[in-house]
Amino acid sequence: MKSALELSTAIKAKKLSTTEAVNDYITKIEKNDANINAFISVQREQALAKAEAVQKRIGAGEVLSPLMGVPIAVKDNISTAGVATTCASKMLKGYTPVFNATVVDKLEQAGMIILGKLNMDEFAMGGSSETGFFGEVRNPIDTSRTAGGSSGGSAAAVAAGEIPLALGSDTGGSIRQPCSFCGVTGIKPTYGSVSRYGLLAYASSLDQIGTVGLNIDDCAALLAVISGADEKDSTCIIDKPFEFGAVTERLDNFKIGLPRNYFEKGIDGDVKNSVLAAAKAFEEAGASIEEFDMPLTEYIIPAYYIIACAEASSNLSRYDGLKYGYRHEDAATLSQAYRLSRSEGFGLEVKRRIMLGSFVLSSGYYDAYYKKALQTRALLVKEYNRLFERYDMIISPVAPTTAYKLGENISDPLKMYMGDIYTVSVNLAGLPAVALPCGFDSEGMPIGFQLIGKAFSENKLVDAARAVQPFLKRNG
Amino acid sequence: MNLVIDTELITYLENLSYLTLPDDEKKGLESDLNGIVNFLAKLNELDTSGVEERSHPFDEVNNFRDDEVLPSFVREKILQNAPHKTEEMLIVPKTVGDELE
Repeated sequence: MKSALELSTAIKAKKLSTTEAVNDYITKIEKNDANINAFISVQREQALAKAEAVQKRIGAGEVLSPLMGVPIAVKDNISTAGVATTCASKMLKGYTPVFNATVVDKLEQAGMIILGKLNMDEFAMGGSSETGFFGEVRNPIDTSRTAGGSSGGSAAAVAAGEIPLALGSDTGGSIRQPCSFCGVTGIKPTYGSVSRYGLLAYASSLDQIGTVGLNIDDCAALLAVISGADEKDSTCIIDKPFEFGAVTERLDNFKIGLPRNYFEKGIDGDVKNSVLAAAKAFEEAGASIEEFDMPLTEYIIPAYYIIACAEASSNLSRYDGLKYGYRHEDAATLSQAYRLSRSEGFGLEVKRRIMLGSFVLSSGYYDAYYKKALQTRALLVKEYNRLFERYDMIISPVAPTTAYKLGENISDPLKMYMGDIYTVSVNLAGLPAVALPCGFDSEGMPIGFQLIGKAFSENKLVDAARAVQPFLKRNG
Repeated sequence: MNLVIDTELITYLENLSYLTLPDDEKKGLESDLNGIVNFLAKLNELDTSGVEERSHPFDEVNNFRDDEVLPSFVREKILQNAPHKTEEMLIVPKTVGDELE
């Protein structure tokens, strides 16, 4: 499989045209995606027309970005003008955005070609890409297993070679966990470094768009394209887009923390060994590793689900069946139209989270649940600040297991939520993290680990990931 | 203390959420939410007295643009996705006499 940067180099050297590249990937999608179900829609004609236009500009010597001419696919919770955006929900049946998400404009300005929209858990609520209206995503390594979620389509499409790069979104691990399950690389950027304008909101204080690719260089190049301030998103507080310079060879002055208690219970033995071996690889590259106990661990999932569901119940109140999306046809009154459209339009997990959010925000329970969760969040942010006085970054597993069988956890929401134990604290604290593959379990399923840095330390994380790649390749 | 989510509370949450669930979903959610809510109550063990709540990851929250008037979407575009509409407005079911709970 060609990486995105290799592809753009070939295009620049005129070994391959943008149109040929687009045709190649569309053929792969058409041949392969029935098995994986990573795509909700493919925009063949539009992509070919754009490819032709971009190829003309390449011919004229224009360079719009290092990824010019490269095909990409976008998670279907990111708005694309004139192209249906479904959030994998019946609720958005027939909805076609009249505007582009800022990141989509940026892809186009960079001369990248969007081929299609990627499958996911409905409204990004889930960890297995099984809750969507358009069917489950299957893991390309073993199609009887989940691709992870909620950006399961993004990770599966890249892992299957159906697309060289993809955009996903990460609210509690939704980029990192599917990357780990499918053996690809992902970056969950700092909150406020990539515009959320046009991202259909799930939990606004946690949501962040990020990148999925075959390696860290591709992901970093794409992050450089999509990051930067945006007048349309006031919470996008970064000054200017990230720039990733030359490759760092050694990590001699890097101090990396390893949360000892993450490896003590509830973690699969193969995952544990593989992530600890990755930590050794950092030592070989010159970094020092120091163990510590991650505080508050048992309180993180409760705090996350309270905050995420509270924000979801508010955000999803916009789906009323009147302005856009699914409408129940026989409602006699306005309130019936709201109630019936929402009850029929939303799937079960979405309704579960809306009800839970309404509960934690309701009078009588607010203090014991929502307020308490916000206080826990404050304590967590303080702990991370303290940790980053000691460490440049933290190395941790992404998920306690590798990809499990489809259907295995879907009827047990609590079990599913527990799978987020290592990922959600990053979102609560707004931190950046990269997920990288580091090996395989005894059944041949990929294992991933993550590097967590302090806010806006993406350059350091990318440096570390690049420096350790040769050591990891040798182990894998 | 174990909180019990019963049918009455489920109905209350349905009203707050503008949902009308079929009976089988209601039963399932009652049992799911009982498990989940009692798991979330683990936070009660944590001493948070005197801790200020944090609803956002950073202290710096907004990067505002200059306060200039800019064009917004035209009506035609806003109405484009509405399931029922005229040329100028959304059509909704009768609102008079509808008791919005």
